[in-house]
Amino acid sequence: MSYAIEMLNITKVFPGIKANDNITLRVKENSIHALLGENGAGKSTLMSILFGLYQPTSGVIKVNGKEVSITDPNVANDLGIGMVHQHFKLIESFTVTENIILGLEPKGKFGTLDIKSAAKKVKEISELYGLEVDPYAKIDSISVGMQQRVEILKMLYRNNNILIFDEPTAVLTPQEIQDLMKIMKNLIKEGKTILLITHKLKEIKEVADECTVIRKGVGIATIDVSKTNEKEMAEMMVGRAVNFNIDKNECDPKDVVLSIKNLFVKNFKGLNAVKDFSLDVRAGEIVGLAGIDGNGQSELVYALTGMTKIESGNVYLKGEDITKYSIIDRFKKGMSHIPEDRHKHGLVLDFELRENFVLHSYNNKEFSSTGFIKYDKVNSYAEKLISEFDVRSGKGKDSLTRSMSGGNQQKAIIAREISEAKELLIIVQPTRGLDVGAIEYIHSRILKERDNGKAILLVSLELDEIMGLSDRIAVIHNGEISGLVYRKNTDENEIGLMMSGSLHKVGGEINEKG
Amino acid sequence: MKKVNALKISLIAVVFGLLTGFLIIAVTNRNPYNLVVALVRSMAGFNLLKPDKPINVLYILNWFLETMPIILTGLSVAFAFRTGLFNIGGEGQYMLGCTAAAYVALFVKAPFPLHPILCILAGLIAGGIWGFIPGILKAFKNIHEVVVCIMLNYIAWYLTSWFVRAYLPINPNTGSSSINFPESAIIPTLNFGTSSQFNYGIIVVVIALVIFHVVIEKTTFGYSLRATGLNFEAARYAGMKTKFNICSSMFISGAFSGIAGAVTILGVYHYGRTFQGFDGYGFDGISVALVGASNGIGILFSGLLFGLLKTTSNNLQLFNIPKEVGELIQGAIIFVVAAQYIIIYLEEKLSKKKGEFK
Repeated sequence: MSYAIEMLNITKVFPGIKANDNITLRVKENSIHALLGENGAGKSTLMSILFGLYQPTSGVIKVNGKEVSITDPNVANDLGIGMVHQHFKLIESFTVTENIILGLEPKGKFGTLDIKSAAKKVKEISELYGLEVDPYAKIDSISVGMQQRVEILKMLYRNNNILIFDEPTAVLTPQEIQDLMKIMKNLIKEGKTILLITHKLKEIKEVADECTVIRKGVGIATIDVSKTNEKEMAEMMVGRAVNFNIDKNECDPKDVVLSIKNLFVKNFKGLNAVKDFSLDVRAGEIVGLAGIDGNGQSELVYALTGMTKIESGNVYLKGEDITKYSIIDRFKKGMSHIPEDRHKHGLVLDFELRENFVLHSYNNKEFSSTGFIKYDKVNSYAEKLISEFDVRSGKGKDSLTRSMSGGNQQKAIIAREISEAKELLIIVQPTRGLDVGAIEYIHSRILKERDNGKAILLVSLELDEIMGLSDRIAVIHNGEISGLVYRKNTDENEIGLMMSGSLHKVGGEINEKG
Repeated sequence: MKKVNALKISLIAVVFGLLTGFLIIAVTNRNPYNLVVALVRSMAGFNLLKPDKPINVLYILNWFLETMPIILTGLSVAFAFRTGLFNIGGEGQYMLGCTAAAYVALFVKAPFPLHPILCILAGLIAGGIWGFIPGILKAFKNIHEVVVCIMLNYIAWYLTSWFVRAYLPINPNTGSSSINFPESAIIPTLNFGTSSQFNYGIIVVVIALVIFHVVIEKTTFGYSLRATGLNFEAARYAGMKTKFNICSSMFISGAFSGIAGAVTILGVYHYGRTFQGFDGYGFDGISVALVGASNGIGILFSGLLFGLLKTTSNNLQLFNIPKEVGELIQGAIIFVVAAQYIIIYLEEKLSKKKGEFK
């Protein structure tokens, strides 16, 4: 079998750091090859070299056996290499077809844009590979999973044969991930070659043929996926044994801290996104909220934290009715919130790291007096959190937050919120897009907070995370609570049924729905 | 790192601007050396062509005088920039500041130095209100502040002209301006025996610079304003009063321009004006803020630079060089700062060739 891509002894040196150190990557034609490594291991640099964004300091690249020099992304495209970036590059107000043909617009009579024939071609390609999309739908009206299909179609429309997927599942729901896996297998059937960049071992095990592991810029090994297991791959990636099973003590729930009673919340379209939702969370327990994305989780969290208005119903914190409290008053009452979107809500990216640590508390006596920020106190606080939570960055507390890796940004938020939480932690998607090492650490911190007697509401789309951490699991479907069960009395299958709304089970009552 | 970059870009811009000036003078068959002569003279009062003559302090004072209003309007624009807003309404706020100060100067009786202080406070409040209006509309109705500011500039122009004619005692000799302010309201000159109108208003400018720096960099209030400007949603998530912050930001920004108007009218004109057009200080403030990278020390230096270019423009005419060359240099500087991404891009290209990355 011949190789579609060979990157031989690639070294890339940036001032002060060797991002890639003599890495060799060989991708067999018509196979799925995974590139595995932690955040910051050098995966992105390597792919940027392949895509022509960087030039290697030394090393040789061969495509289909021929030595090539990829000076910019257009050269990569001419060689049949296409890439689906982690953050999609689509124009939101354009239709699917308009996005796909961008740069290759078919001309009709008198030089007009022939959108019909383009849409037809898009339809043909999408049917050939099983990528269902509506060619005339606007990007901002379709789901993230659909948007990703558009990105894939873009590559196929350009007749790319070597397809790079950069962390394709980071933004997808479990169902969408399954669909993507199917699509990848279809693409291979049709003769394409796929290079999959990821740190999710389950997915590699499911679709990849071979896997190259890199760690700290060095190629560790290339292995046959069918002859290994997730544990082995994780150890290669992290460089030490990884504990997959979350060790936790029995939980010891005490008083009710958060009490939600008959809550109704409207979404931005004015429709009820949360309907008659009631739930209690006690001190010393983790209640996991499972559900398919878009079933009202975000609106529920916004309502609890004060970021959106509550239509009706009440929220109590330690018995006190906080329904009408402002965000800052809820915070002062002991509520902390690790938000779903760390860039949109969690951090001011153009602040220095130390400034982000006091985002809620800059006005507290501890960090200010008579209106002035006590920067010496902020500095020592920042240094304390950085060492306690092992937040890594180029220049410590003075680093520009934007320059930090996603994992460390998330650690910074978690450090801030956990340190400030007095009673209740509302945690949303805490490990999205993070690597195994960081996930392991964050999970252990969440459990530690539970054991310290805090009430924790964990909202996650990752079922594994919910199953691993929760003491009780609530399920939300279509804005309503469709399940509330003890973790020890349930399994993934049952939760899955409740997530899809076909099983209703709250407090022991069982109602089968047709 | 960010600050170093801003400094580098500003310096490149200045060099590029001056080179453009030299080039233009050279291709129009004039002596580029005269630009150097004019610059040195405006800066140091020293005439390179007549080295035996003593230093003329008048030139230096006039340079500082030009600098005063544009540092204030520069602070005005920069304060908005730092908090995620674009205050292009400096002209209007400046005019309101002028007129409010004139009203207090003519109708409120107070001894010196209380009188000019009251006038400046009136200018501050009037300019602040003129900034507050687009702030409110932005915070509560999400109307873009740039559009409102531009419209308010014209409203301010006609409003002040009407107000001066309707409510201030008009000087019969001019028919379009008020009578002179009483002595107690005037900011006295500080001219070291020259004919310059340079005045003690410089104290106000220095205080404004210090306040700007302290509020933005040191206070909790400035911290929450910056957070709101850099990431509105994150500030909201953190429980900050984001709408209040936008309104306050625009008020303070407008207040700086209002002070610029008050200081100018109390220190230079000494009478209430009906404007024939925009003085241009509000727009100059945008240039000063941009080149000064919106920080206090940067604005001090970029204010001095633009003040120098303005006075040099006047001196250029002595050498048969059109004064527009000065404006051309200013334009070239702004061009480079506005197009700084080109510099960053070129730099990256260059370092990429060397196999480096910054």
